[in-house]
Amino acid sequence: MAYTEHELEQDLKNKEYEYGFYTDIESDTFPPGLNEEIVIAISKKKDEPEWMTEWRLEAYRNWVKMEEPNWANIGYEKPNYQNISYYSAPNKKPKYESLDEVDPELLDTFNKLGISLDEQKKLAGVAVDVVMDSVSVATTFKKTLAEKGIIFCSMSEAIQEHPELVKKYIGSVVPPKDNFFAALNSAVFSDGSFCYIPKGVRCPMELSTYFRINQAGTGQFERTLVVAEDSSYVSYLEGCTAPMRDENQLHAAVVELIALDNAEIKYSTVQNWFPGDKEGKGGVFNFVTKRGICEKNAKISWTQVETGSAVTWKYPSCVLKGDNSIGEFYSIALTNNYQQADTGTKMIHLGNNTKSTIISKGISAGRSQNSYRGLVKVNPRAKNARNFSQCDSLLMGNKCGAHTFPYIEVSNKSAQIEHEATTSKIGEDQIFYCNQRGIDTEKAIALIVNGFSKEVLNKLPMEFAVEAQKLLEISLEGSVG
Amino acid sequence: MDLKEKLLSSYLAFEETLDLDNDIHDIRNNAIKYFEDTGFPNKKLEAWKYTSLNSILKEDYSIFPKQSSAIDYKEVKQYFVYDIDSYQIVFIDGIYSSHLSKTTHDKFDACLMSSALNSSKYNKVIQKYFNKIAPKDSLTALNTAFSKEGAYIYIPKNVVAEKPIQILNFSTGNEHALMLQPRNLIVVEDGAQVQIIERHQSLTDNAVFTNSVTEIYAGKNAQADYYKIQSDKISSSLIDNTFISQERDSEVSVHTFSFGGKITRNNLNFYQNGSGINSILKGVTIIEGKQHVDHNTLVHHRQPHCESHQDYKGIFADKATGVFNGKVFVDKIAQKTDAYQSNNNIVIDDGATINTKPQLEIFADDVKCSHGCTIGQLDEEALFYMQSRGIPKKEARALLMYAFANNVLTSVKIPELKTRITNEIADKIGVQLGFDL
Repeated sequence: MAYTEHELEQDLKNKEYEYGFYTDIESDTFPPGLNEEIVIAISKKKDEPEWMTEWRLEAYRNWVKMEEPNWANIGYEKPNYQNISYYSAPNKKPKYESLDEVDPELLDTFNKLGISLDEQKKLAGVAVDVVMDSVSVATTFKKTLAEKGIIFCSMSEAIQEHPELVKKYIGSVVPPKDNFFAALNSAVFSDGSFCYIPKGVRCPMELSTYFRINQAGTGQFERTLVVAEDSSYVSYLEGCTAPMRDENQLHAAVVELIALDNAEIKYSTVQNWFPGDKEGKGGVFNFVTKRGICEKNAKISWTQVETGSAVTWKYPSCVLKGDNSIGEFYSIALTNNYQQADTGTKMIHLGNNTKSTIISKGISAGRSQNSYRGLVKVNPRAKNARNFSQCDSLLMGNKCGAHTFPYIEVSNKSAQIEHEATTSKIGEDQIFYCNQRGIDTEKAIALIVNGFSKEVLNKLPMEFAVEAQKLLEISLEGSVG
Repeated sequence: MDLKEKLLSSYLAFEETLDLDNDIHDIRNNAIKYFEDTGFPNKKLEAWKYTSLNSILKEDYSIFPKQSSAIDYKEVKQYFVYDIDSYQIVFIDGIYSSHLSKTTHDKFDACLMSSALNSSKYNKVIQKYFNKIAPKDSLTALNTAFSKEGAYIYIPKNVVAEKPIQILNFSTGNEHALMLQPRNLIVVEDGAQVQIIERHQSLTDNAVFTNSVTEIYAGKNAQADYYKIQSDKISSSLIDNTFISQERDSEVSVHTFSFGGKITRNNLNFYQNGSGINSILKGVTIIEGKQHVDHNTLVHHRQPHCESHQDYKGIFADKATGVFNGKVFVDKIAQKTDAYQSNNNIVIDDGATINTKPQLEIFADDVKCSHGCTIGQLDEEALFYMQSRGIPKKEARALLMYAFANNVLTSVKIPELKTRITNEIADKIGVQLGFDL
């Protein structure tokens, strides 16, 4: 992202949630409520083949039987799922040939977010599949990708044009009945991204999707599916911002990654949904199921920077099925004011010689609660599994909480597992040192937090790292003292 | 009739033998009601996720043994730490054995729970301390309902117990299957000191299920060291619930040596109620076969400037299962807390399983809290080093394991006990120690 120091200063001055604005585009929205008809209607609206409708219905039927989980270390008022409208799409259709045809208001929205499409185009190697509410309205760089045989399109498009691929892989990593939120998503997902990298192809650019929740009272149900064929490589970026709203908004996304033999997928997320105001009013509920499966010698790497959302419930996982596969998880979770986060990962070692690394940095300020919850499981038949986990927490003030809940289950003697966790605070001497050198306290904190998070920030692609750094600073504003 | 029903009906019979006017009776009544509502814990509960009691609840246990039986000291001498001068409180099949015991009322009380509960002399202490920190959970409540016997130790202000106290629970196998519920109360007043060794031992292969509750109160500046030896037969299971309440500047340590038993579950809970407190939790687990040992610890830091140290080591062979579920809870006001939690495990065989969950819940910012946990094997390089110097592989392995487990023993304060445990570890691992430690 082209982001200058001057802009950073401007942002720092801006104490309120800066992305809280609302684009006034006429939307085509379903009445609130969920039943089989709504599910069928969503499917019909999107012109889906019958198998897809059936798949959704099946998921819906399972969902009805499920209970919302409450084991996580978070407390929130459970949304009434019958009060949510399950479909909303910007209704200026059909798709545009070029950017000029895109609704200027929409373009303006993206400009405010600092992701103007034309700038994106010029900026080296980022193709953006923009998701506004739920339907993708513009896809760039498609041609370059097409030459390589890479498919990068919206989920609805993929269902129309590549039904065989979607049918083969959808729900293969996160089955529709996996959990309450995954089932809900499977039934009503509106759109999402689909990405397919053919055998032996190294995706030449970072693929990225920007999500925005726009309509009031509309839950966003994204479904992302990334398939990397043998020996391919892809780096996928996901960034999120949402407008300011009083009512809690629900977001229940599902992301599935499939890394076949020797493939590598890098999935980076920057999440900055509206966290609620200083009194803890409003904010997005983020209940996401993310999971990837690694075949032989494959590698999946999750990197996430979570600064937004009132409630986060998210455990990007790796199933290390193939021999020699590698799973990585790098996370920064920052909570301020009344935010709550229960996030972590699951590393399931099934194949031989599998390796996993977990680096989690939690920062809690204000009255927030921040939990790391992770599972490392070594199957009895998984020989020579190796795991290293490190969970560090930073506390600011004594009104917040930092919690660590690691689950380690090992049933093989050749496994080697290490886990360590620390909790600390920003030392007065550190602040004093900065002050002494003319750095004010707020900036000093930003500096220290950045240093604390560096291990994870380094894993992000360059453009994202800058944005993430800026997000951390903005999110911590006003937490001094 | 399943065990729960049996216990409920036994309670009615038990009630008839009791003095209903006693204050304790209400406590018992409430407790049995609580147990009736909750029943035995199952795997769906987060705290019991890795330990299932199903296999031990199937037996048809005798709740009250019919007859008291005597055993000869010679037969059981080996289970005592016999080379030290100590007080001894001994129970055979849950019944006090005056023959084997050596109690005192001189400077302090080391005697029986039954007399403490029934005699007005102890009323004040019982009123103040009995069942005050044992929380409502189903197994503790079950024990409370049936509480009638156990050790009662009261050390008055500034008294130092000059010799250790041993608490031994033997089961003779007179019954086909026996359920025991000892209830211990230990009060160490301000500035007092005591050392206690506790052991549960079955003398035959008949099933024994012990559900024990121990409450320990440490006053200001008090010091208590508690050693638990769990080296029972494969037919015996133990659920040990220990609750410790500490006042300002006190220090309490609990060492748990788990070398045997079918299912051993240790619920060890520390509550810190003043500043400057130190809590020490240490454990060595060496098991094989199908044994299962579960350490479930909680340290609740409620006041500033306190410390807690947890160090649990485990060696697991064959199809043994080890569980460590540790929790450190730091309240908002407990600034300057220094809490450390460490759990190291060695897996010897493929069938062995380790489930560990070291948790931190922290609400204060100026604290030093960390935990570490490892699961691994013996260091190949260290093995090679020893082999290259002429130590056979088997001995080299044993030595490494011995060194790994023995670390925890440095803080054992009774030298004879230390030697005893050292030998037991050596024996367990199969290493010949040609030297004294």
